Amino acid sequence: MKRNRSPKWLAFYAVAYMVFLYAPVVLLPMFAFNDATVIAFPLSAFTTKWFDVLWNTPALHLAVKNSLLVGVSAAVLSTILGACAARATARYRFPLKRGILGFIMLPMVLPEIILAVALLVLLKQLGLPLSLWTVVGGHVLICVPFSIAILTSAFNGLDQSLEEASQDLGESRWGTFQRVTLPLVMPGIISSLLISFTISLDEFIIAFFLTGTDVTLPVYIWSQLRFPTKLPSVMALGSILLALSVILLILAEWFRRRSAHKQGADASATGGFV
Amino acid sequence: MHLLPEVLSDMTSPEAQPIINLTGVTKYFGTFHALKGIDANIKEGEFFSLLGPSGCGKTTLLRMIAGFEDPSDGTIVIGGKSMAGISANQRPTNMVFQSYAIFPHLNVAENVGYGLKKGKLSKQAQLAEVEKALEMVDLVGYGTRAAHELSGGQRQRVALARALVMRPKVVLLDEPLSALDKNLRDQMQVELRRLQQSLGITFILVTHDQEEALIMSDRIAVMFEGKIAQLATPEELYRRPISRRVASFIGVMNFLEARVTGSGEAGLQLDIPALGQVEVSHDHLPEGLNPQDIHTIGIRPEMLTVLYDGDQGAERIAQAQVVGTSYYGDMTYYSVLLPGHTEEVTISMRNTAGRSILNVGSTVSVGWGADSIVLFE
Repeated sequence: MKRNRSPKWLAFYAVAYMVFLYAPVVLLPMFAFNDATVIAFPLSAFTTKWFDVLWNTPALHLAVKNSLLVGVSAAVLSTILGACAARATARYRFPLKRGILGFIMLPMVLPEIILAVALLVLLKQLGLPLSLWTVVGGHVLICVPFSIAILTSAFNGLDQSLEEASQDLGESRWGTFQRVTLPLVMPGIISSLLISFTISLDEFIIAFFLTGTDVTLPVYIWSQLRFPTKLPSVMALGSILLALSVILLILAEWFRRRSAHKQGADASATGGFV
Repeated sequence: MHLLPEVLSDMTSPEAQPIINLTGVTKYFGTFHALKGIDANIKEGEFFSLLGPSGCGKTTLLRMIAGFEDPSDGTIVIGGKSMAGISANQRPTNMVFQSYAIFPHLNVAENVGYGLKKGKLSKQAQLAEVEKALEMVDLVGYGTRAAHELSGGQRQRVALARALVMRPKVVLLDEPLSALDKNLRDQMQVELRRLQQSLGITFILVTHDQEEALIMSDRIAVMFEGKIAQLATPEELYRRPISRRVASFIGVMNFLEARVTGSGEAGLQLDIPALGQVEVSHDHLPEGLNPQDIHTIGIRPEMLTVLYDGDQGAERIAQAQVVGTSYYGDMTYYSVLLPGHTEEVTISMRNTAGRSILNVGSTVSVGWGADSIVLFE
């Protein structure tokens, strides 16, 4: 057993790493409940007044509404596109499949600032007015690779003979899709919706470049940082977003694992994002 | 696994109508010629097997009958109706997949009832049909089980019930027993055969297991490289294989060089080194083969006997030397060398009381008969 014990410095390294990773995140809720305008230690009394401030800021509510609209639209669109691409890669062979797929996945690794500037230039050239819908377009671009990655594993895990069995039993193609394919990849679809929504919700650069007068939540937060007195309420807002993101990601992973389990695979063996 | 004699004699009656006609069925996958003109008639109510090594095209043929692949050329007629342009969901066939393809999100009853049309039958009638199908496959009371709670054998039964509930004209089975362990497989072979006979539905089985095909089938089509090499009853296939290849695929066959020396009223005269002159009836000659093309004879291991002291004399006797023994408990397989032959000959002997295992190197008398000889090119 002795041989399996990791050296002390490795444990120290692991702890240090986790602190580095999560300490800033922990600071967020800490100052959100701190009864002081200045973000500094030592902490003063506990308060929820920063959350009350959020409650009474109409501009914020508008930003939240915009973000929800953009997030839901981007999630739905990228999941539909992702499902088509995943289905095609899982079932059909066609020329340049790998190349095409590589290009679709590229936005995943491309710096967002480059994407944002390029999109802005393109939209200006086309003469399209900037609005929330241009933001949706940009977000779809960066969400689709994630949707494809999630949905490809869902479609690949689907035994082709299940669809054949359904047709053999008299069901049409569309009926087969509804009764067999869709229920079996549904956890993947929900997982893709949640991930895309989360990505869109906290995306800043593209939203900042491509939006018109309506701002999304991250852009609103950024604009508030100019006023030091607003900082604690931004902290409160950040805490809410953090909690929401974590919940969404956990939900997404839960659905993904359930899908793997349904298809009889070992959930931890198949790649996931969480 | 032994079949009862009455089962063997209960072959499909000769006047049975063909339910499936295959005419010149050909399939290309790109440049790969998977099927090279298959002609066969499958009779109503028969248990028909497509037997062959992997890659011989047997599964492709089955999938074309089911409607999952279109033939590149030729026609498939089921029940007098051409299947050209008719998709899988419109065909009177139902398939038991190799992987069983049990819908993982549905329970047993939902799986079995999947194909029952919603409008056609009342909910009540559907449940009754499902129950009846489950009864057929001995799964009464399993209706609410989830798919992942089933064992391999149970999945196989569900897949079968799901096909049978559709009352198909033809049930297609794609290596349905290959995933089961030996004991369960033996049991399912008998059960499947009984079920098929009691229902009177045509079954088409794809298998690479010759024993399975022999046990279950009324007729077997042996396939090699996209062609049917021989289509015959199990007994005919075993006793009169048409080529060396078929002979060695079905069971074990000893091949010996031989020479045709003449042809008379009673049969062909052959000269076989070490075995001597022998006359073989004309009906042993495989179809399409001329007597002068015969260069090889075949004889099954169980058609040869090692003669012990006190054994009754055989029709013919030859001397041989034992070069190897394999003891199987109930049987012993001897490898012997006949003088003038380089190939070893296998003899299977039942280990009855008083028969000791012979030593390697000893010389033995081998008994054989002219009637057990098969002629080859």
